[in-house]
Amino acid sequence: MVPTAHYLVLSAILFAIGVVGVLTRRNVITMFMCIELMLNAVNLAFLAFSRHLGQIDGQIFVFFVMTVAAAEAAVGLALIVVLSRQKQTLDVDQVNEMKG
Amino acid sequence: MEYVVFYLFAAVSVAAAVLVVIQKKTVYSALALIVCFGAMAGLFFQLGSQFIAMIQVIVYAGAIMVLFVFVIMLVDPEAETYPGGSLRHISYWAIPLAVMLVFLLIQAFPDFLGSTAGNRAPSAPTEGTVENLARSLFTTYVIPFEVTSILILVAILGAMVLARRSD
Repeated sequence: MVPTAHYLVLSAILFAIGVVGVLTRRNVITMFMCIELMLNAVNLAFLAFSRHLGQIDGQIFVFFVMTVAAAEAAVGLALIVVLSRQKQTLDVDQVNEMKG
Repeated sequence: MEYVVFYLFAAVSVAAAVLVVIQKKTVYSALALIVCFGAMAGLFFQLGSQFIAMIQVIVYAGAIMVLFVFVIMLVDPEAETYPGGSLRHISYWAIPLAVMLVFLLIQAFPDFLGSTAGNRAPSAPTEGTVENLARSLFTTYVIPFEVTSILILVAILGAMVLARRSD
């Protein structure tokens, strides 16, 4: 049985990769995908703890995290579509005006 | 044997995650993320969460990422890292900072790093079967369950209203 610590370290590594992606990329869709990567890293940590503590609640949490992530992805992508329609760009550095 | 499976899936997921971050074209990032989700589904299976692993494949890799690819194709299929915005001048700092972040996250759980308490086979009440999940979801967590149905409805309506053309 693989120790829980292994899963936690893997979750930390994936989370850090996601953070680096959100902070360094300028394409808004890529930033959004790195946010989904961070959410998945947290799901992995939840499930590792669920098995470690012998409770099912961690898996229920992951269920809800996935549901919220799906809803957030739908709304976020709609916003990205509107953004690209208005500004004709996907570069977040170009979207620096509150107007429009 | 379990360690081999774990390290295989872990290596694939980390490699795919790094590819998501460093790819130039957005479509390649989306495909790499699908691979990452598939590898993580394998890890979820190994953690005894069969239902969550299948939901990961069906919902995350099969629906959310397909939605991403739709939007990428709709908005700009040839999207690339913008000139002057490439990773060159930032990535030198990003790697040591990411390593520091990993160490920081690991330090938050010092008790778990050496403990062997989790090294047991999942017993019947905590195994990740549909029955166990449903028993908890529809009794203890029924209110969040109903609230998420409203959340999904709001998300659908919001996405439709937002993306509608204003003419």
